[in-house]
Amino acid sequence: MLKQKNNMFDPLFRWTTLGGSLVVLVLVAGILLTLINGALPSLEKFGVGFLFSQEWNPAINEYGALSSVYGTLVSTLIAMLIAVPLSLVIALFLVELAPPGISRVVGGAIELLAAIPSIIYGMWGLFVFAPFLADHVQPKLAAIAPGLPFFTGPPMGIGMLSAGIILALMILPFITSVTRDVFQMVPSVVKESAYGMGSTTWEVTRKVTVPYGIQGVVGACFLGLGRAIGETMAVTFVIGNSHEISASLFSAANSIASTLANEFTEAADDVYLAALIELGLVLFGVTLVLQIIARWWLRRTAKKMGAVR
Amino acid sequence: MLFQMTKKLTTMLLTLTVLVTFSGVAMASTTINGAGATFPYPVYGQWAYLYNKETGVKLNYQSIGSGGGIKQITAKTVDFGASDAPLTSDKLDAEGLLQFPMIMGGVVPVVNIPGIKPGGIKLTASTLSDIFLGEITKWNDPKIAADNAGVKLPETAITVVHRADGSGTTWIFTNYLSKVSKSWQEKVGNAKSVKWPAGVGGKGNEGVAAYVQRIKGAIGYVEYAYALQNKLTYALLQNRGGSFVAPTSTAFQAAAASAEWSKAPGFYLVLTDQPGKESWPITGASFILVHKQQKDAATIKAVLDFFDWCYANGGPTAEKLHYVPMPQNVVDLVQAKWNQEIKVGGQPVWK
Repeated sequence: MLKQKNNMFDPLFRWTTLGGSLVVLVLVAGILLTLINGALPSLEKFGVGFLFSQEWNPAINEYGALSSVYGTLVSTLIAMLIAVPLSLVIALFLVELAPPGISRVVGGAIELLAAIPSIIYGMWGLFVFAPFLADHVQPKLAAIAPGLPFFTGPPMGIGMLSAGIILALMILPFITSVTRDVFQMVPSVVKESAYGMGSTTWEVTRKVTVPYGIQGVVGACFLGLGRAIGETMAVTFVIGNSHEISASLFSAANSIASTLANEFTEAADDVYLAALIELGLVLFGVTLVLQIIARWWLRRTAKKMGAVR
Repeated sequence: MLFQMTKKLTTMLLTLTVLVTFSGVAMASTTINGAGATFPYPVYGQWAYLYNKETGVKLNYQSIGSGGGIKQITAKTVDFGASDAPLTSDKLDAEGLLQFPMIMGGVVPVVNIPGIKPGGIKLTASTLSDIFLGEITKWNDPKIAADNAGVKLPETAITVVHRADGSGTTWIFTNYLSKVSKSWQEKVGNAKSVKWPAGVGGKGNEGVAAYVQRIKGAIGYVEYAYALQNKLTYALLQNRGGSFVAPTSTAFQAAAASAEWSKAPGFYLVLTDQPGKESWPITGASFILVHKQQKDAATIKAVLDFFDWCYANGGPTAEKLHYVPMPQNVVDLVQAKWNQEIKVGGQPVWK
């Protein structure tokens, strides 16, 4: 009787899970095909040049993705540069140093941050953070580094820098909470033996906790990266939305997602619409390339630090 | 006796059935579906509410943007489309569409200059276009100062703020700049979103307003209603008649009054840069699109009834929301077109 039941449930289980996984593949393939199909008029008209042209002019129907791709990559880079080290520090504090009470409160706060919808970050960025940045941070940055092209131009508070910082705040809770969980899984036996051998907290952190969790940490970072690269509303609010590439981080810029959010509704012309869909396709491609790099890097770090396991 | 009672009951039941059926039919057939422009949405929504209270007819309007409205009416998924920018008669003919103006409004340049109050700065067509072209970069530029004798203009740098999203507001604004400036027409042109030579882009009227209020030395453009509600510092503009005017409902009406709708095929008429001493130079109309050849007389009749009601009774609501209703002579022209052009099986629907 029991055996029969197992016989029935095993295949059922297998087919259900297989079906579920197939849905994902079908979805991805479907999205890709729809994007290519929708982008056809633009693909035919602009070819590969679409990727390298900075022109974006709906009045004469000329489109290029360069400024949007540049904005997407640079704002994401700024976000990662700020969020990754900060997340690591917070996670290590929570796991290694903080008293359990504080750890619980801060941990809860971080999870709350992760649940805030992106439009709120956008509104807060535009009405609260950008004015603060313009009045107190940007003039100082410009004064500290007068020669650098990154910090020139009028301090408006909106632009590439603000977008990067807002993105950093948005992905911070994701990276932190996953990293914290990873560090918590380091067996205490390993850590205690290190302490037993006379290691300091710093040494245990550097030589035991971090190497043990590095794969999970890299995974967490790419989770954050994925969110930053496709983030739409918050970025649209604060990036300034200009189709110009500028070396200054104070200048208005745009990203693929913000261009789509801004221009999709009123794109009546076929080529215009196709160009926007092709931007979506480019984002799809960029994400894929980053995924591949992530996998490769993950395998490399695993090999390098794998000695611990 | 029994026979009579049965008869009575049958009659009653029958009446009831007929009543229920009729009301059911009336309910089902009288939802009007429309989609398009966001700019007139507040007033369409208000009209729909009042009309529904009066007649029970429901309007389902999706304010998804003019582009989407044109797409949906072309695909015939809605009963009418709405667009802020008029379609040219070629395009109308290609799709078999009839276009008519429904409501008017104005676009207003707003500024944030330290020490300048609403209406405290005068701009001409040429200074406005030079500012948006990025050729005038400081507020104390001699060209601006020439029109503002006695006004203390600061040396603040000018930051241009424009719409980042495609919008009918931008279409009307760039239409005006293209009319008054040759170099604007050559370098930038007239569209719902353009390649801006200078400045930053805000999303929606609220985005532009927020940026203008935020950035010292900023100049942007918003819908009149928006400038009014947010008490933004507007600039006076010089019109074709040579006088500097403030943006008011009267000034929009003056611009509309001199418009010659009867000479515009397919009602393709933009109210920018109109003659007249009182006219506000950046005025525009929002349009409705319907198919000329209709299958179902009841549906199109319901649609036209609704717009007829709006023309006749919608004025006060529109004015309360700072829009400008269409003048009666234009309404007569529009309804004559309904009669001539909209047909079910060759028969006119509107009489």
